[in-house]
Amino acid sequence: MKTYLHIDWTSCDGRGLCTELLPGVLDRDDWGYPVARGKAGWERTDVPVRDADREAAQEAVFLCPKLALSLFERPGPEQEKRTPGR
Amino acid sequence: MSQARDIYPQVPRNGGPEGHRNGYPPTPLQAPRDSSRQEPRLLAAGPDAGWARHLDTFGTWEPQAAGPGLLEALAAAGLTGRGGAAFETWRKATATAGSGRKGLFPARPVVIANGAEGEPLSVKDRTLLAHAPHLVIDGLTALAAALGASMYVYAPAASLPRVQQSLCERPRGKRIHLAQAPETFISGESSAVVNMIANGTAVPMDQRRRLSESGLNGRPTLVVNVETLAQVALIARYGAQWFREAGTPTDPGTRLVSVSGPAPVRDVVLEVPGGAQLTAVLQEAGMDPASLSAVLVGGYHGRWVRPAAHALSPVGPPGRTARPGAGVIHALDLQTCGIQATARIVSYLANESARQCGPCMFGLPAMASVLNRIAGGETNPRLAAELDRLGRLVSGRGACRHPEGTTGLVSSALEVFAADFRAHLSGYCAGPGGAAA
Ligand code: SF4
Ligand code: SF4
Repeated sequence: MKTYLHIDWTSCDGRGLCTELLPGVLDRDDWGYPVARGKAGWERTDVPVRDADREAAQEAVFLCPKLALSLFERPGPEQEKRTPGR
Repeated sequence: MSQARDIYPQVPRNGGPEGHRNGYPPTPLQAPRDSSRQEPRLLAAGPDAGWARHLDTFGTWEPQAAGPGLLEALAAAGLTGRGGAAFETWRKATATAGSGRKGLFPARPVVIANGAEGEPLSVKDRTLLAHAPHLVIDGLTALAAALGASMYVYAPAASLPRVQQSLCERPRGKRIHLAQAPETFISGESSAVVNMIANGTAVPMDQRRRLSESGLNGRPTLVVNVETLAQVALIARYGAQWFREAGTPTDPGTRLVSVSGPAPVRDVVLEVPGGAQLTAVLQEAGMDPASLSAVLVGGYHGRWVRPAAHALSPVGPPGRTARPGAGVIHALDLQTCGIQATARIVSYLANESARQCGPCMFGLPAMASVLNRIAGGETNPRLAAELDRLGRLVSGRGACRHPEGTTGLVSSALEVFAADFRAHLSGYCAGPGGAAA
């Protein structure tokens, strides 16, 4: 099982608290919203979290003022299943 | 002039099927067709087909009894979604059926026929709903029977009366619920469809849980494009092997495309085989590929390509394949500036952002503004790189594919119109009304 940090973009207000708690994982974009470092595509919405960052990620989930973050587990890499389409 | 064009004129965006009924030429549908052309499948019953002509053309059939074996047939047929994502229909259906069976209290799944056609250049879904509503309803009924699901048809106001009338014409039509889709670009995104039916707002929802697990009222939900459902009806009737008689092994069957181009070319809906050559489709629509500079394939979330040897297929070697997406094919003549055209589209897309997700709400207008500055003649050489950077910044960061789709379009413009970008950035535009030197 792999752990992912999910960002609910519809809730996030871009004040950037999570980027302070997870500086190695999340960067801030031009407008303050979190950007997963070194990731592309849907891994920027469901961000893979290494074991070492897990605790900090948990804290970010807890402290995010907009409840925009959540952690979930999923077996293996399977982003292609996430095909939001019509 | 193409036969198909005369038989299946497009349904204008705000006009119902009523509006142009008188416009049909009295051409018999059985007129001999040019053998290189795809025989109509979806529109085989002809214009405005009612229940009687539908049965006459496709044969009497009980869609509600077609459930057993249907998903296997769809897998064997290799049917992919015709709404844009081109995901395999059987996989989506199987995932929904699977979550429906899970848990102590299994939830009854929902199947929603999606007729919201937010793409401004797309008319094929409303054309299908106007002329072959019964085929769509057949497919919906069969797929819902396979999943034990309840049924919805979600369509724009202009298409609903025809659907309603068709439901009244057929036995058991009353079991299908209707929902109205607003005329916005994003209203057909699958979570927006569910959101509209559940809460009356057609904006996408955060999809931490997939719709196939928890969609409408928490039930496993399958949102399927109306053309895909019409294809389901044909596969259920005639089998996977018949379906594969058209198209290629990797892109079997047929698809509807909405083709438009520079005046005086008339907008037309064509049914083309999978893997069709782009140039052949352009010719069938009355255009000479040599007179075009570029073609937008797939819609506003699609890509610009040169009017050269491209197969229209969701899969295939890059450079020789154009993904049909929502089935939009829009040609640009040699006189029109591709950068200005792209700038107009991206401005529209920025405006159609549901403004829920920061990167989309701020990033798309930023991209539009840079593109408009280039289109307007600003000669700052850093603008092209900035456009590229913004595209990379927003992609993958939203509740829906809107940022992704917009970025794809812009990156294809940077590629296909590379020479024009260079010209613009050094103060010259080849198009009329541009910043000509
Ligand atoms: S802490 Fe929450 S609201 Fe703030 S930027 Fe991070 S995800 Fe967004
Ligand atoms: S990505 Fe854009 S269009 Fe999609 S839900 Fe978010 S704000 Fe709306």
